[in-house]
Amino acid sequence: MSHHIVEVKELKFSYPDGTPALNGVNFRITHGESVALVGANGAGKSTLLLHLNGYLTPQEGSVRIGDMPITKKTLKQIRQTVGMVFQDPDDQLFLPRVYDDVAFGPTNLGLPPDEVRQRTLSALALVGAVHLKDRPPYKLSAGEKRAVSIATVLSMSPSILVMDEPTSNLDPKARRQLIHLLSEFDHTKIIATHDMDMVLDLCSRAIVLRGGEVVADGIARDILNNRDLLDASGLEKPLRLQGCPICSVASPPTS
Amino acid sequence: MGSIESSFFDIGHLDALSSKDTPIHRVDPRVKVLTTIYFIAVVISFNKYDPAGLAPLVIYPVAIMTIGNIPFSYIMKKLLIASPFVLSVALFNPILDRTPVLDLGLFSVSGGFVSFASIAAKFVLTAGAGLALIACTGFDSICSALSKMGVPGAFTIQLIFVYRYIFVLGEEAARMVRARALRSFGNKGLGMTVYGSMIGQLLLRTMDRAQRIHLAMLCRGFDGEIHHVASSKIRLSDFFFLAGWSGLFTLLRLYNFPAWLGRELGRLI
Repeated sequence: MSHHIVEVKELKFSYPDGTPALNGVNFRITHGESVALVGANGAGKSTLLLHLNGYLTPQEGSVRIGDMPITKKTLKQIRQTVGMVFQDPDDQLFLPRVYDDVAFGPTNLGLPPDEVRQRTLSALALVGAVHLKDRPPYKLSAGEKRAVSIATVLSMSPSILVMDEPTSNLDPKARRQLIHLLSEFDHTKIIATHDMDMVLDLCSRAIVLRGGEVVADGIARDILNNRDLLDASGLEKPLRLQGCPICSVASPPTS
Repeated sequence: MGSIESSFFDIGHLDALSSKDTPIHRVDPRVKVLTTIYFIAVVISFNKYDPAGLAPLVIYPVAIMTIGNIPFSYIMKKLLIASPFVLSVALFNPILDRTPVLDLGLFSVSGGFVSFASIAAKFVLTAGAGLALIACTGFDSICSALSKMGVPGAFTIQLIFVYRYIFVLGEEAARMVRARALRSFGNKGLGMTVYGSMIGQLLLRTMDRAQRIHLAMLCRGFDGEIHHVASSKIRLSDFFFLAGWSGLFTLLRLYNFPAWLGRELGRLI
């Protein structure tokens, strides 16, 4: 199962205008782990994600997926292994029909039509969206769009799922359903997010980025309880780990 | 902004019409595209002083709309919206071309008026047939039919993307206009200068989005070609559809049916 490993070593990157984005990032994620990538806006999360599927090539350091370093030759295989779900489903769903969009990846992999069909339908079934298959994406609700976006990636049977803010813009119920859905996948998951409560639900490990560097990497529950670390990184404890605003603020029980 | 928003819903309506299930909807998209292209070619080939010859051809769009259960009023409204562009082209014909071609006793009709009528008729027929085609086929099916018939990917991909993102672009523009309207009081802030920078904004946002979409496509193995999954076979009935209509168009082009009808009627009387 070595192809499920993500290894980033001394990764550095600055944008063409000179803005440094990553400043020597190191981590290793193994098979089946569910990892949250947290950090303030501009900490380098998105830039890091763009390295994981070879959209950006490391200026210094290396990114390896399984046994392969990311190079031009391995790009196709890497992109099949690492399924990437973007933050805005309107970027992810670019074809006029949901079915075609989910079938886009498998078709490009050159699979036979029957296999494409079977994969498309089972990916849609997995996210509970088979009934949407003939609808145009612009007629879906935000929650439906998100589910379908995930299906477009699942249809390529990736071993690693990379997600950018999967719960943004969702209503509480849709968010809950998404968290439930993601918890059922046994893929290696890398989730960049500001939704700290979701991290608590989904991720066993958290990596905290600050100014393009990893400042903490460890068990999610410990990191989410470390107020000083979170404060310094522009983050906050998950609401569920904060004191109850009613019992802890109200006057102490009279007894 | 209401008008832009509602016209977007209207495009959605065109999509809804295309998901109906009638004999016309079931005809293979390629066959419908070919038939319509031939129809348009025949309509265009008519002499500009012969608007009467065009009249019988109206049967094609009318038949498609009737059997395909497409409301006439909807297509008419769309034609009306597009009409100023075409009519402005023909506007000067009556002024420039004053040779009398038709003498009706009291007054004579100049060649300009006849060619004006001919252009208008051609517009109604070709645009009507095109809209009817989209309404009973669906835009994506037409694009995939085009690419199956060998139209280069660059064109069909463009078409698909324009159709997909016109909604997103429209929504983005609508949001910007709303945001501006809410912060401009009276006529202040509604001038052209603001428009300039808004359009620039929109362009930049569009370019950003285009980059993200391209990235999303690359992530799923895009190699410059959109491979269409849905495979359909041309059936015998599709062949009859194409042969029947093309035969009819050819006949109506070669024989001036209205003139013949006029002569026969004249003889009867």
